[in-house]
Amino acid sequence: MANENQVPEELQQNVFVTSIDFLYNWSRKNSMWPMLFGLACCAIEMICTAAGRYDLSRFGMEVMRPSPRQADLMIVSGTVTKKMAPIIVRLYNQMAEPRYVLSMGACATGGGPFKEGYNVVSGIDKYLPVDVYVPGCPPTPEALLYGILKLHEKVQRQSIRTVPWYRKDTPRGITIPVLGPDIFLPDRADEIRQITMRQETSEEIAS
Amino acid sequence: MTESVVTTSSLPFADAVPGAVLDADQWGIIVNPDKLVELAQYLRDHEGFDYLSSLTAVDYLGFKDRTADDRFEIVYHLFDTKKGGDGIVLKVRLPESKPEVDSLVKVYPGADLQEREAYDLYGIKFKGHPRLRRILLWEGFHGHPMRKDWKEPYYEAEHKPYKSRWPVGHYQWAEDRVPWGDNINYPKGFDPDAFEPAPLPMPIIHEPPEGSDHIHTERIVVNMGPQHPSTHGVFRMIVALDGETIVGLEPEVGYLHRNHEKLGERNTWLGNIPFTDRLDYLSSMSNNFGYVLAVEKLLGDKGKPPERAEYLRVIMAEFTRIVNHMWAIGFLLNDLGAFFTPALYAIEERELILDLFEAAAGSRMMCNYMRFGGVVRDVDEDWLRKARDIVFNRLDRKVDEFDEYLTGNEILMARCVGVGLLSAEDAIALSACGPMLRASGVPYDLRRARPYSIYDRFEFDVVTDDGCDVYARYKVRLGEIRQSIRILKQALDQIPEGPIMNGKPAYVTRVQKGEAYGAVEGPKGELGFYVVSDGSDNPWRYHVRAPSYINLNTLEHMTIGYKVADSVVILGAIDIVLGETDR
Ligand code: SF4
Repeated sequence: MANENQVPEELQQNVFVTSIDFLYNWSRKNSMWPMLFGLACCAIEMICTAAGRYDLSRFGMEVMRPSPRQADLMIVSGTVTKKMAPIIVRLYNQMAEPRYVLSMGACATGGGPFKEGYNVVSGIDKYLPVDVYVPGCPPTPEALLYGILKLHEKVQRQSIRTVPWYRKDTPRGITIPVLGPDIFLPDRADEIRQITMRQETSEEIAS
Repeated sequence: MTESVVTTSSLPFADAVPGAVLDADQWGIIVNPDKLVELAQYLRDHEGFDYLSSLTAVDYLGFKDRTADDRFEIVYHLFDTKKGGDGIVLKVRLPESKPEVDSLVKVYPGADLQEREAYDLYGIKFKGHPRLRRILLWEGFHGHPMRKDWKEPYYEAEHKPYKSRWPVGHYQWAEDRVPWGDNINYPKGFDPDAFEPAPLPMPIIHEPPEGSDHIHTERIVVNMGPQHPSTHGVFRMIVALDGETIVGLEPEVGYLHRNHEKLGERNTWLGNIPFTDRLDYLSSMSNNFGYVLAVEKLLGDKGKPPERAEYLRVIMAEFTRIVNHMWAIGFLLNDLGAFFTPALYAIEERELILDLFEAAAGSRMMCNYMRFGGVVRDVDEDWLRKARDIVFNRLDRKVDEFDEYLTGNEILMARCVGVGLLSAEDAIALSACGPMLRASGVPYDLRRARPYSIYDRFEFDVVTDDGCDVYARYKVRLGEIRQSIRILKQALDQIPEGPIMNGKPAYVTRVQKGEAYGAVEGPKGELGFYVVSDGSDNPWRYHVRAPSYINLNTLEHMTIGYKVADSVVILGAIDIVLGETDR
């Protein structure tokens, strides 16, 4: 680095010059608190990742906060059902920026083995923006750690000048889906009405 | 309904309750819906069948020899907790036009949640049920999804393997096949803007007894979960409080309802085994065990596993029990407020056992290890040596450690002794099972009451405790770990050499027509699988009698009158796993 000109020679052992981006990201990535929030089987592997053998605290992440207000990272660890989806979106909205979503396992990523189930959402990315996907059913703790490290890399590359949470034009919340006869997004009401009012396409539903 | 109402004395209980029994065959007794409650009352009071284990519905639409007049069938499995033995099966057949039957809640209060489930998934109305509402799905959901004529949005064909994938072998995104591009479907004429969501269910308030020195304060209703650190997953309770005292509690489940049973009917027999892993995901081995036992009953001689496989099954199942109970104890401490550190100690040995599972089955958690007529892979000498090392040298020490630090611990006792009382009579009536039942002093353990596999060869005690409280449940779990170690020591010493599979491994299992109920004493209690076969490659009905779910019957009963902080501990001591509760 071209520090030599800025730091007097006698201080070069003690003073370290870096960019604000590096410092900002470095501190964020080393104290990223996940939300204490388990959905299904994958949550058990998440707990194991935090437990003694795999020891998530090596990455400054052992403080799992049950409150979304104090959490930086939502690990969606398991099957997202329709009944649960509105709550997950609400929790996400309650998290303070900067916030990240890690989709853990086949279910959270795309529905997994239960994809065809009538109450299963085909992946949390239908509702939330996801930063890292970790494959597996369940992903081993090593796989989850790898995913987390990837997220750290992503964080390290962000720049304070372009991150969305300091911009005025970033939307603040995500629409929460509603549980009607089936789950629906109020945003898509027009689209839904177009199909349900058209007699032929809408399938006969047994009473 | 069978047309000939013959009350010949050859039918069982013909004299006791005239006209109640319409017919009987090897699968069960067909009961007149109008006399069901009367017959159940008689069976409970005079024949000793005091325990309603499983209650479920079956839809026979399109089944051979069935018509719209007997489309639905409600199946009740009754057992005797004192004598043990095989129990009896009652069936009620209901017409498509009027699927209604009297509720059994008055005779067996444990029918509560199971009847609600049958109502939710099949639309069967149980007359006289105090709160017949949807339970796994939400109020307002369209249709009753387990009916055979209800198709899920991604519906492709009745049975797997689907043509699109095999043998044709191309793949199309499920999303591309549906008009919405997603796993959703709305009824005709549905208008999102005109939609009103159903109100929140309110708990039934139990007034404190008159004359108690109770200060009256304002009632508030508090919602706990589904995102709450102490609900062990996505469980929700709606609690009515008077000050800090609980006066009403309404469990809300279904946040992890993954449609196991509907998927199970689409899958092949074999294809269901990995799905059972994901029921109670802490104890996948015992889940496999229950399911293969049920199907093996239908397979007859073909399904008889060789000796070595039987031993391997028992070894795996007992390891699972140890893992589960350690987890339960660790997280009970979590619920008591000892946040996480003790739990980390409690699950220390679990990792070693999971390594064994991984070595034997290929996966830490989702083992998918058992097959009809055996197990899928053998273990080698090295594996057995490691297993012996853990069992003989480590586990006993760990349990002693628990015992030393916890059993006499003042805080633990102050929070657990006398909390969440459940008397033996109530436990039986509410269909509680497993450690819950045994901690109320009822020595009912399937491994002894209805011995399966080779459990009759091992020496072990059925651990019971008369405390009836949370502390007793803790002690029973601890005792069961010791007994499991005892069984493991015997099994690891005796395990013979030999084949691990009856016949060749096959992808397609030919199962004869019939019904079977296979149950194991899982770590959480009686885990039963009720399967109906029409002789094809797929189950006609695949029902899981989930101990975690049925044990929730007791929750309201146990928490009324305690403080809100106790409800967390009481729930923790039931030891639910949501994958199994919601299925
Ligand atoms: S991906 Fe597999 S392990 Fe994870 S929640 Fe889904 S079924 Fe369970």
